[in-house]
Order: sequence, then structure tokens, then C-alpha cells
Amino acid sequence: MFKIFNLTFFIILLSITKANSLIEIDITRGNLDPLPIAVSPLFQDDNSKKNSKNELKIENVGSEISSVVENNLKISGLFNPLSKEAFLQKPDIAHLKPRFEDWALIKAQALITGKVTIENKKLKVEFRLWDILAGREMMALAFTTVPSNWRRVGHIISDKVYERLTGEKGYFDTRIIYVSEEGAKTARVKKLAIMDQDGFNTKYLTLGNELVLTPRFNPTSQMVTYLSYFKNLPRVYLLDIETGTQEVVGDFPGMTFAPRFSPDGKKIIMSFAKDGNSDIYTMDLENRIVERITNHPSIDTSPSYSPDNKFITFNSDRSGFQQIYVMKSDGSNVKRISFGKGLYGTPVWSPRGDLIAFTKLHKGKFYIGVMRTDGSGERLLTENYYQEAPSWSPNGRVLIFYRETKSNDKGEGFSAKLWSIDLTGYNERQVQTETDASDPSWSSLLSN
Amino acid sequence: MNFSKSFRNTFLVILLSLIVSACATKKTTTKVEGQMQGDVYTGTDTVKYLADGVPDRVFFATNESILTTKSRDTLRKQANWLRENSNINVVVEGHADERGTREYNLALGERRANAAKDYLITYGISADRISVISYGKERPVDSGSNPLSWSKNRRSVTVKAN
Repeated sequence: MFKIFNLTFFIILLSITKANSLIEIDITRGNLDPLPIAVSPLFQDDNSKKNSKNELKIENVGSEISSVVENNLKISGLFNPLSKEAFLQKPDIAHLKPRFEDWALIKAQALITGKVTIENKKLKVEFRLWDILAGREMMALAFTTVPSNWRRVGHIISDKVYERLTGEKGYFDTRIIYVSEEGAKTARVKKLAIMDQDGFNTKYLTLGNELVLTPRFNPTSQMVTYLSYFKNLPRVYLLDIETGTQEVVGDFPGMTFAPRFSPDGKKIIMSFAKDGNSDIYTMDLENRIVERITNHPSIDTSPSYSPDNKFITFNSDRSGFQQIYVMKSDGSNVKRISFGKGLYGTPVWSPRGDLIAFTKLHKGKFYIGVMRTDGSGERLLTENYYQEAPSWSPNGRVLIFYRETKSNDKGEGFSAKLWSIDLTGYNERQVQTETDASDPSWSSLLSN
Repeated sequence: MNFSKSFRNTFLVILLSLIVSACATKKTTTKVEGQMQGDVYTGTDTVKYLADGVPDRVFFATNESILTTKSRDTLRKQANWLRENSNINVVVEGHADERGTREYNLALGERRANAAKDYLITYGISADRISVISYGKERPVDSGSNPLSWSKNRRSVTVKAN
């Protein structure tokens, strides 16, 4: 297959100034006043441009990288990248020492500058983040990697800037695995697909010969677990996306589904359906030991671990209809936590530990929402005709999910797309995909 | 069930208003009235036959896996046919409509397929002749987004395995 994770980065921290910055962003509230930031194109000398053209078929990789950064910052909803046409200072000069008053004039509060060289098949990138109001450098970093990694350099710069200005880890150097959908609703062809968080570098991991559903990343490695109808036997599979090797998880005499990794990456938790009853099981990936976690005549599915591995939230209709429950990870102390009006499904524990995101169905509308882990503080973020299956960004600030449109009576007008929304309920936007798409799962940060 | 109850009520209201409005919409009225009872599909649009007079599928109410009187009747016909054709094995496919979360629907489809399988077993068909598979909401027969289309998709279908 292809190698997408085996990439070497050398990152050198040149400097970071913690004290006395005047700019910072509060991301706990909806940000209606995004921070004006100037992203100066990364400077590249003529020799590097020539090498860049040879290596990458892109002449000015410096401005391409800055576009990646600009786009990331913009879609975060926290930044307002200013138009480059208004920039007064040339990229190379600004990188050495910006004339702060020039940048203040166009209302920038922060500035990113940088320099790119391509030599001996190596891409060297240096960038600086400047606080315009305080008139000082906030951070300087340098990277060395292979030229084909240039988009990732843009994502890493975005993450560093995000972290420096918000105080929290970013989520740009990440990927989304999802199900690509094509064809008529009654004969949908579904393939596993993976792409960068910003929609670039899409790769298809299966051919569409069999139905595939619900892929999920291992938070600690390059593994994915998903449901495949290979040979018409719906089973949970484990796929190594670096090598392309895959295997069935466990030896169950029936359908296994709704898989997810434990946060330490050591177990897969999933449902096993037998004789009309679905219960939750785990399999240890090292010693292959299978454990039954729930034992109840109702449907128990959609399990998700808390980040400390101590609890599991899941979906059950033991009360008569779909609700959300929490139990200890050995299956004891089962407690129902959803008590609002309507049906609740797809609970997924936030990587920060404090919230559970879910899908809710009430009076014919679908909602994506969050509640605290004891069920209190329910907050609905978005309402639509059909949407479900939220997945958290690794920093727990953004949810990605899929949304379907209503068909008319002839079955026309159907579509499935990925969307994201901030935990604040603001910044809802469609995530671009090459085809229709569903069942997104967000990876951890790749460069950690 | 909150959803299905309100859904059923809404549907009844629609049905009543259709009946009241009579004349102009008379055709639609008969059609809908004739094809659903509660929210269970009772029509024959999508039904195929395993043999003469042996329908291949039964239909369910929203979120339910209970067999209706009509479903039990259909399954008894299937059981008779299976008894007469002891060389034939079957797969019972369980399906759900598009108005539910994917994973829950996979479980629900499995529950529906097993409800049909269990009934066939009660009527003397050996369990090892019947396998089940759930497709959840992945294989609708009707691609519309309306109560009638959904009712056709909430089904279990018995298909020949050999």
C-alpha cells in the first residue's frame, strides 16, 4: 500500500516567549470576533524556487504553505486572515524584522512570517509568530523534512500558532477517515477513504466491492477498526493503514459491529449480535482475550471509553427505547444518563473527559449535542433533517459528523456530507470531500 | 415510545385529513389507507414471492421487531414452503428505515431477522437451515423520505441461500 505516516520531521524550537503577550484567544466561548492575523507568504529564493519546481512541480511552495496555514486558521473560526493585497512589507524583510506599525496599520494583531529552502531533496522551513501590538516575537520554529511533506509543514505551523495563541493543542496536523458513498440510495457503493483534515490528499483504502461502515482511528497508532461485509459476513476488522494488512477481530459466530479503540489503543470494544440480542464485548489486541462487558436482553451498542479507560458510555434500549448509559469498564454500575425528551444514540466520550457527545432524535429532527458525563447540562449544538455520529477533534474543541438530505418521493435529492461544528455551537461548516461521505472519525495529532 | 407515538399520531392526523378532504385526493387516500396500518406497511408493491402465494417479506413498526398477525401468516406460508422444499436453505435479511442511527439500526435489523427466524423455527423449520444477516439501514428498497417509503424499508426478507 502506501506510506502516509512514516514521515520524518526534525523540529527545532528556536524561541518561544511566554511573557507579556498582549494577544490571546478565549476558545471556551463562541468567537464572534476572530483575531485579525497576517500570514505573510513564506519567502523562497530563486534557487529554491527552481528546486521546488523540479521536486514538487510547484514553483512557489512558500506561498502554498502559507495558504494551507491561512485556510486552517480561517476554518477554525478563531482567526481572520487578512488579505495579502494589503501587506506593505515584503516577505523576506518582514521575516527578519517586521515593521510593526505597517502591520498595525492594516489592523493585524498577529503576523506569521517565514522562509523556505529546498536543497538536496530536503525542505527546510523556518517561521516566526509576531505579536504586533506588543511589537515582539512570540515564537520561532524550524523544520526539516522531505519536500513532499509540504502540506504537513503548513498544518504543523497552524497547530503551533493555534497552541501559542489559545493555550490549547491544535488539531490541524490530523486526518479524517470516513466512508465514501456513491450511487443510488438503494444500491449505495461505500469505500473507506482517508484525507487530511482540510480535505486534501484523499486516498481510498477499499475498492467498494463490499459494504464498509463506521471506521475509527486508534488514538495511539496507524490502525483503523471498521465494519466490513466481506463475503457477506458483517464483522469488525482491523486495518493497518501503513501496510494495508487487515484481519478480522476475534472469532465470533455472528455479526460484530460498532467498533472503537480504547484510548490506550490496547483493546477494541464493539457489539456482538446473536439471536436477536446485541451485547458489548472487548478484545485485547495483544493476547486476543475476549471479554463480555454487558449481558442484557436489550440492544447494547455504540460503546465508547472515557479517556482514562475507567468508564464506558454506550447506547441501549433497555428502558424500552434508545438511551445513553455509563458503566465502569468491567460492566458494573450501569447508569442511565440521558433523560431528555426523545431518543439518544451514538454517545462518544470527549478526549478531555468532561463531556459526552451524542445524536438525539426528537419529533422527527436530529440533533448533535453534548452533555456532562452524569447526564447534566445537555446542550444541543445543531438541528437538522438527518445527522449523526459525532467524532471529536483530538483537542476536544470541534465535532465532525455526517448529515443527510431528504429525498423526494422519487428518491431524488439525497446526499450525505461531512460537517463540523465547534463545541460552542458556532462555526458550523461543511467539510469538503471528493464524493458523498459519512461516518467520519478524527485521528490524533500526527506530530506528537 | 416518544418518537414512534408522536409519529403515529401525526400519521393518523394526515390520514384523517386525507379522508376528510375526499374527492380530489380520493385516489391518494385509498392508496395510503390500503398500504399502511398504524405505521406497518401492508401493501404489496415491493413484495416478491418465494413460490406461488409465498411472500418473501414481512414488515415492522418503527423501532419494533414484533410480528403482526399478517406477518405471522406470511411466515407460516414460508414455513410450509420450506417444509415442502427441504433441500432449500434460506437467509433472513433484517432491515431498518433511514430514520435511526446506523449502529442501532444494525442491531435492530438483526433483531427483526431473528424474530422472523424464530417464528419459522416454531413452525418446525430446523435452525441450521436459516441464517440471518442484518443490513441495518444500508439497503432500502424504496429511496423516498416519507412515512410510506420508510414503512416498506422496515422489513425482514427471506431469500434462498442455495
